[in-house]
Amino acid sequence: MKRLLLILLGLFAGAALFAQEEDVPIADVIFEHVGDAYEWHITTWKDHPVAIHLPVIVRSRTSGWHAFSSKRLEHGAVHEGFLIAPDDPYEGKVVEIVDGERVRPLDISITKNVLSLMMSAVLLAVIVLLTARWYRRHDALEEAPKGLAAAVEPLVMMVHNMAKENIGEDYRRYSPFLCTAFFFILLNNFMGIIPFFPGGANLTGNIAVTMVLALCTFFTVNLFGTKHYYKDIFWPDVPGFLKPIMPVIEVFSALVKPISLTIRLFANMLAGHIMILCIVCIIFAMAKYGPAMTGSMTFVSVLFGLFLDLLECLVAFIQAYVFTMLSSIYIGLSRAKE
Amino acid sequence: MSLFTPDAGLLFWMVIIFGLLFFILAKWGFPLITSMVDKRSAAIDKSLKDAKEVEERLGKMTAEHERMLAEARKEQSVMLKEASDTRKAIIEEARTEARAEADKIISEARVRIEAEKESALRDIRREVALLSVGVAEKILRQDLSDPEKGEDYLAALVDEAAREQKTLN
Repeated sequence: MKRLLLILLGLFAGAALFAQEEDVPIADVIFEHVGDAYEWHITTWKDHPVAIHLPVIVRSRTSGWHAFSSKRLEHGAVHEGFLIAPDDPYEGKVVEIVDGERVRPLDISITKNVLSLMMSAVLLAVIVLLTARWYRRHDALEEAPKGLAAAVEPLVMMVHNMAKENIGEDYRRYSPFLCTAFFFILLNNFMGIIPFFPGGANLTGNIAVTMVLALCTFFTVNLFGTKHYYKDIFWPDVPGFLKPIMPVIEVFSALVKPISLTIRLFANMLAGHIMILCIVCIIFAMAKYGPAMTGSMTFVSVLFGLFLDLLECLVAFIQAYVFTMLSSIYIGLSRAKE
Repeated sequence: MSLFTPDAGLLFWMVIIFGLLFFILAKWGFPLITSMVDKRSAAIDKSLKDAKEVEERLGKMTAEHERMLAEARKEQSVMLKEASDTRKAIIEEARTEARAEADKIISEARVRIEAEKESALRDIRREVALLSVGVAEKILRQDLSDPEKGEDYLAALVDEAAREQKTLN
């Protein structure tokens, strides 16, 4: 506790020393952090940004495929007719100038989020395959798991048992999907909380990512539904005058489920990131009010930041759990028997 | 706002990478782990059940053992009782036999004593008779030598004898 106070006091003094009279575009900073980018800005060292320039891969409607480093688009530079749009429309995205108009090409660039996605996918695969290797190399009946396997096994079994409870009979078919979704979300949530490379990308707070996850659940639910499930949607046991209305409601409900899954995860993670960034930005926003203000607000900011980071750790787990649980419940409903 | 519109490029990569990840993990990752853990919990359940069964069997065996012990003890006590009964019977028999033998010996002895007594009495009687005859002879010889006195005495004797005869009759 003493040490913690000392660190806080150090921050207080440090912030007071570095207080500058300069307006910081806080909203831009925040949206830059939670958004996607063509380069991964790691830090700024002696006024030079240290960044990973990621490949831009685009397909123009007129000139076909292009692939080049995002370094060529730095500071608004134009390369092969492409540039990063400085303002709306398509702010921050690679656009092509065709006849003086901005046209968005087919863009499958390896952006910050895509790189983060690749890294975490590889990390997750390594973690799970190493765990699986432990079971392949050891007799699980003879010895208890150690190390990585001991850490991963309880989580796997938690999801597995959740599937067993919510889906019933043929849960084994769905358990791998639920496990993959759970671990993917959990790992990326935690990677998002880590504030520096290779963490820090706001992947699970990105609507495209959560949408794909939710669509996976949607297709799993609706492609493998039982006869009873479809009968409940299109010809439910209700009084005659409700028969034409019910399918509309049921189809709507089936469509809303993945949307709610998408929004829930996306909004929770995005909100968490924005909150932490706001708290951190207090320090910079207070810079112009003098050393005393900056120092004391730094103290507050660090305390709140710590609290929010801990809260986010909790939320990271809860959101992964909730997404998996709801998915298993939806799947369970679609496997309903008479 | 670009935050709320899914980006096509990220969608594309997400589908590919998540699909690949799912394929890999569903093939070589999770099913292996879950099946091994399920197997292990089944084994644990089984060994718990087995342990309970063994315990039950052990309990049954202990009961059986106890029962056998009790039976043996009962048998032992029965045997001891029988042995003591037999001993008592033997002693009793011996005693009665001894008594009978003793009675026989005593009665024989009694008979012999009676006989001895008889013969002794007979001898004594004979002796007494001889003695009395001798005494009588001596008395008679002395008294009858004096005629006067002899006559009186003879008369008294005759009287006495006659009286005795009368009382005998």
